[in-house]
Amino acid sequence: MSTVAQPSVPTRASSAAVRGSALAAARLVLLRDLRLAFRKPEHIVQPLAFFAIVTTLFPLSTTPELSRLREIAPGVLWVAALLSGLLALEFLFRDDAQDGTLEQYALSGQSLTWLILAKTCAHWLLTGLPLALLAPLAGGALGAPAAALPSITVTIAIGTVALSLVGAIGAALTIGVKRGGVLLSVLVLPLAVPILIFGSRATQLAIAGESFVAALELLGAMAVLGVTLAPLAAAAAVRISLE
Amino acid sequence: MAWTWFHRLGSPPYIYGLAARLTPWFAWSAGLILIAALFAGLVLAPPDYQQGEGYRIIFIHAPCGWMSTMVYSTMAVSAAVGLIWRIKVAHAVAASCATLGASFTAATLATGMLWGKPMWGTYWEWDPRLTFELVLLFLYLGYMGLRASFEDVQRADRASAFLAIVGVIDVPLIHYSVIWWNSLHQAPSVMKLGKPTMPPEMLVPLLMMFLGFTLFFVAVLLTRLRGEVLRRERTASWIREAVLQ
Amino acid sequence: MSDLSLRAENLHLWRGERHVLKGLSLAVQGGEVLQVTGANGAGKTTLLRALCGLLHLEEGRVLWGGNDVQQDLPSYHEALAYLGHEPPLKADLTACENLHYWVGVRRHLSEAQIREALQRAGAAAFGERLVRSLSAGQRRRVAIAGLLLMTAGLWLLDEPTTNLDADGTRLVAALVEAHAKGGGIVVAAVHHELSISGEHLRRLELAA
Repeated sequence: MSTVAQPSVPTRASSAAVRGSALAAARLVLLRDLRLAFRKPEHIVQPLAFFAIVTTLFPLSTTPELSRLREIAPGVLWVAALLSGLLALEFLFRDDAQDGTLEQYALSGQSLTWLILAKTCAHWLLTGLPLALLAPLAGGALGAPAAALPSITVTIAIGTVALSLVGAIGAALTIGVKRGGVLLSVLVLPLAVPILIFGSRATQLAIAGESFVAALELLGAMAVLGVTLAPLAAAAAVRISLE
Repeated sequence: MAWTWFHRLGSPPYIYGLAARLTPWFAWSAGLILIAALFAGLVLAPPDYQQGEGYRIIFIHAPCGWMSTMVYSTMAVSAAVGLIWRIKVAHAVAASCATLGASFTAATLATGMLWGKPMWGTYWEWDPRLTFELVLLFLYLGYMGLRASFEDVQRADRASAFLAIVGVIDVPLIHYSVIWWNSLHQAPSVMKLGKPTMPPEMLVPLLMMFLGFTLFFVAVLLTRLRGEVLRRERTASWIREAVLQ
Repeated sequence: MSDLSLRAENLHLWRGERHVLKGLSLAVQGGEVLQVTGANGAGKTTLLRALCGLLHLEEGRVLWGGNDVQQDLPSYHEALAYLGHEPPLKADLTACENLHYWVGVRRHLSEAQIREALQRAGAAAFGERLVRSLSAGQRRRVAIAGLLLMTAGLWLLDEPTTNLDADGTRLVAALVEAHAKGGGIVVAAVHHELSISGEHLRRLELAA
């Protein structure tokens, strides 16, 4: 005989009243991803280490003269940021897809778009933001003047936001693909090119001491467009992968 | 009435038979027109006053460039149809476009490079149109790579359809890049509204090449489509009679 | 007593080239437990996921309370709790944290509710331990606690007694029976019969 007390089975009306808001659900997803990352910091450290390595290799392989390095600094910073970002994107959905958590999100009755936006936001906080904070150091090492360093942070911060959003689509399409890292890069590349072009241009102007507001605005516009469209597209791609 | 026609197009056996019947028409007309156009362009047309004989590569380069975007648009539209209405034949059409489109894109880039050296002094420049055309090549390769990485045909179809649709933004970028940005490339001289700026002896062979390439594309598409349909439907009962015919 | 009803009409589904669901129909009312059996590869998991609305059906539809679920998937998902083969738990979080983040996405949960659910699933002893350190059976119990927390009318369970000892298997049977008694519906894919009383039990055998 069962000694457990059984709560009443919810009827249609009562369950609707009890559903949490989409924002609260998104917040929980964000917090969970952040907490998981802090318990297992390798996923944060790897992309940063990669960024440091790439930016170090360039002066070693081209020239040690700071005046010449200054010219290629924007490109080097952005390529390194892009590659590090791609490296980190592989992990965006991988674990959740494997252990069934992503499936539970799709079955939660909450908007998958919001949940994916939350995951992407956590991803940026864990990879893009640290990159943006590390970039001035690398920029300084590549000859960027001290006055330009805060601008480097800002441009890379906004650019990595756009990149995380756009990359989420590629990550969603390649869920479950073995060694999907290279394929992910090929898929994200066409969408990442405008970000790279304008971001690099903005950083270049900043290092040269000129006004980079126009390029920054374009970059910001891409990020905003990304916020509105990318989670929707990624949610659709996730549903495809769950079929 | 129109709906039944549309529905029949979605039926693999019908498409298989239709493709088999239409292919010879497209193939032969493509062959004849291409031969005539090449003759007109390479032999009959006069040399250009600026570039001499070297300009003649335009008869390959321009149609290839046009086809690379046209095929991508076809691929994206079929993929969208397949994704939205879940019609398998539409996915098969999209899959059949990919390799051909990638080849056209590669040919465009290659002929462009060969033309660029004598004309601009360099094989490659990072100007907008060339860059976006290169991006198009990556889109094709990404499409084919994504398709190949899934065992389940359904998932491969839907994921790659997604990519094809998202990437279609590149097509207008290629076409309008010469107008929007300062580019090494010539401004459009054929597709302008009003009188085109090429003399008829050059224009007519060029247009014939466009037509010939299009017919060629359709012929190859239909052939590949039949192969694709065979592969997807190989366990179905109608295959036996269709193949033995 | 309860107005819950789940119906599937003429479900056809292909996985790649295999025709997995061939015109399957079923109907379950509130208070009933549908036990789905069949050999490996017969389509039990596919059927459950199709009932969830996750898979695209070539033909047929799933009706919840008389309405096609595709018309309003979010509401359907609110009323449904699905447990797959693997417990959806993160190894680097504790059992409590897992439940908080997993079921908390659906609705607001309090600490007390989580503890109570762990208690009922016999998992209270290891609620504060990282899931990484738990055995497969213990993880399954945590997943069952999550199931209880979801307070859904419809339970779709894929082999819920995997990795459980005799005690755990009895617990699952008891919970399933209690849920049915309370007016809920349970559809469970199993390898062995659930030991529940016949009045609630219906059977469906899937042929490979």
